[in-house]
Amino acid sequence: MTTPGAATAAGAARDLDPESLGRPDFTGYARPRGEGEQSLDLIVEGVHCGGCVQRIERALARRDEVTHARLNLTTRRLALAWRGPPESAEHLARTVEDLGYPVAPYEPARLSAAEGRAETQLLRALAVAGFAAGNVMLLSVAVWAGHFQDMGPATRGLLHWFSALIALPAIAYAGRPFFRSALQALKSGHTNMDVPISLAVLLAAGMSLFETMAGGRHVYFDSAVTLLFFLLIGRYLDRRARGKARAAAERLLALDTRPVTVLSEDGARVLLPAEQVGPGMTVLAAAGERIAVDGRVRAGRSELDTSLITGETLPAPTQPDDPVFAGTLNLTAPLTLEVTAVGEDTLLAEIVRLMELAEQRRARYVELADRVARLYAPLVHGLALATFLGWTFLLGAPWQTALLTAVAVLIITCPCALGLAVPAVQVIASGRLLGRGTLLKSATALERLAVVDTVVFDKTGTLTEGRPELSREGLDREALGLAASLAGASRHPLARALARAAPEVPVADGVREHPGLGLSLTTPEGELRLGSRVWSGLPEDEAAEGPELWLTGPGRAPQRFTFADPPRADAAAVIAALQARGFAIELLSGDRRRAVARLAEALGVAKWRAACSPADKVARLEALAGQGRRVLMVGDGLNDAPALAAASVSLSPSSAVDISQTAADAVFQGRRLGPVLELVTLARRAQRLVKQNLWLAFGYNAVTIPLAVAGLVTPLVAAIAMSSSSLVVIGNALRLARSGRPGDLR
Amino acid sequence: MSGILYLIPIALLLGLIGLAAFLWALKSGQYDDLDGAAQRILFDDEDEPK
Repeated sequence: MTTPGAATAAGAARDLDPESLGRPDFTGYARPRGEGEQSLDLIVEGVHCGGCVQRIERALARRDEVTHARLNLTTRRLALAWRGPPESAEHLARTVEDLGYPVAPYEPARLSAAEGRAETQLLRALAVAGFAAGNVMLLSVAVWAGHFQDMGPATRGLLHWFSALIALPAIAYAGRPFFRSALQALKSGHTNMDVPISLAVLLAAGMSLFETMAGGRHVYFDSAVTLLFFLLIGRYLDRRARGKARAAAERLLALDTRPVTVLSEDGARVLLPAEQVGPGMTVLAAAGERIAVDGRVRAGRSELDTSLITGETLPAPTQPDDPVFAGTLNLTAPLTLEVTAVGEDTLLAEIVRLMELAEQRRARYVELADRVARLYAPLVHGLALATFLGWTFLLGAPWQTALLTAVAVLIITCPCALGLAVPAVQVIASGRLLGRGTLLKSATALERLAVVDTVVFDKTGTLTEGRPELSREGLDREALGLAASLAGASRHPLARALARAAPEVPVADGVREHPGLGLSLTTPEGELRLGSRVWSGLPEDEAAEGPELWLTGPGRAPQRFTFADPPRADAAAVIAALQARGFAIELLSGDRRRAVARLAEALGVAKWRAACSPADKVARLEALAGQGRRVLMVGDGLNDAPALAAASVSLSPSSAVDISQTAADAVFQGRRLGPVLELVTLARRAQRLVKQNLWLAFGYNAVTIPLAVAGLVTPLVAAIAMSSSSLVVIGNALRLARSGRPGDLR
Repeated sequence: MSGILYLIPIALLLGLIGLAAFLWALKSGQYDDLDGAAQRILFDDEDEPK
């Protein structure tokens, strides 16, 4: 992927300021596309409307070298092409970033193109089936009318032949998704819903062809094609709902491709993709950069944000010879690291493995539609066979009549409505959630959410916003202003919180940062210091609670600034509403006991555990599952990822780390916790509608099956029954879109 | 009645043309970005389209 030469050139040419280090190297992602042109695919974040599309495309088109710039609003992918060297990638990416849209390189090869092709194939099959259904139905209506007037057998025969001419190739083409799946199921020795579908369609087509040749009165070409058409609609809706969620998940994965700065023997700095870095290499980690490898500090002092791994909110100081882990964030100063483990061997990968293990356990969940199908398929086969045998032996009918009746039973029992019952509700529910900022990633998430009785929350970043805020009580304004003028120069989260608290204060010139200690500023009166207790020359105090900063200076009393991570604005209300609806609430945090206790009390959560490791969390969730609880886990950190996978269903805020979002069944956006409540409420309603739909489908079968067995179902009756039951089911599903707002806390 | 002998094929041919047009549109990527296409119609033309 990255051509080493280009990467070296770009890496050496650029000054190693922290800003450019955190950014991926776009040049390495440019691909030649012939005639001196280069192309690059980018994922653009924050694009919401046509206006954004226009701004970005215009800005790029104004550059002379650009030959093609098109942004796909659905997938947020930007396809770029330009004449000139690959290095222009950097400028072009910068052009988009300067407009205020973060970009990330995107490698089409990383993502599975097969899934997208399957969707297009389904759409093509749907188009063909739709064309055939319309035209065959047109001819069939003429034949049906002819039954009541006096259409001659020659005309009827001609119309039947035309129907056969349209229907047979269409069935051969549009039926392939079902035939393939049915064959696979039969090969592995079991049966699924596609087996009776394929059987019904093939038998109906074959039988109708036979009848046509024999000059019979009834043919079922229209039923066979309409059946395929309706079922393909259900399949396509299903696939689309999954595809949308997948596209979003892929966007998250693609954002993860960050290169590593490697220091080579001769002192040159090379940007390499993380998978090309090996143990023993020396890598640089700039301030503000997420570390991609496990290693040991060679040089430099800094502070690390390990909240990803441990859930700890306070940055941990680090010095030479300390171990560092992939996934931690380097805060205050550049570090030189010796790589000890990469990729599969890192602690990060270990957590991922833990997560995958938990996920396999959950994969045993069988979709409701599949469970119904497992019961239903043998029943349908049995009924059709019994009809055939009954007509042949009990009534002594000729085998053609018996087979035709059996085919009618197969067609009428075919799960048209059943095939639409679940996907129609799911598409509407996920569309509704998407419009409100919640993304359903797993197709079975709604079903699993509907039966949840326990909600387990993580603390940092989930119940809280995950960033410290200055506690303002009893603060001296003058001291705050002075402290903020120093703090503005640092990237440390506490300093940033301080600077945020006094945004009007300009940053002082000449502030120096002392990694792991604090900031200093030399003024005419003496040295001002802002930082830890030790840095300010104050005695250690074991009882000190929570993160703090001290401001000291000549002739000043030491001023203490304390910080808290406040809960999300509506956290207490959401938890109260969940408890009112009978959910058991628990809090599992990797943070220190005191911080967890205080938050639990503030939010009214009685059950909580502090200082949980990722394994502890999984163990607790398994204990709950052992008690027969169905648990919804809401978490954001890397340390939550295994727990998210272990819970029966899981949810992540969009501010969560990628891996947690990958592990979670749903991702919600925004600074409020309200989506959690909305999601469980909507899931319950959706599940109710799915069940209603299944009962509607069964009710329709209960009426029509006796008719079919009795041989009373002509092609006309079959066509009306099938279409009407499908419409009823879709109409029922649409109620979900129309009804009130389930997420309201009122 | 012999009219249907050529009227039906003509009707089918017209339908097939429509189907072919749809499949072509699908293949040429016109269904890749439905959200974007809905918005693009509102863009003003620029002097130098690319």
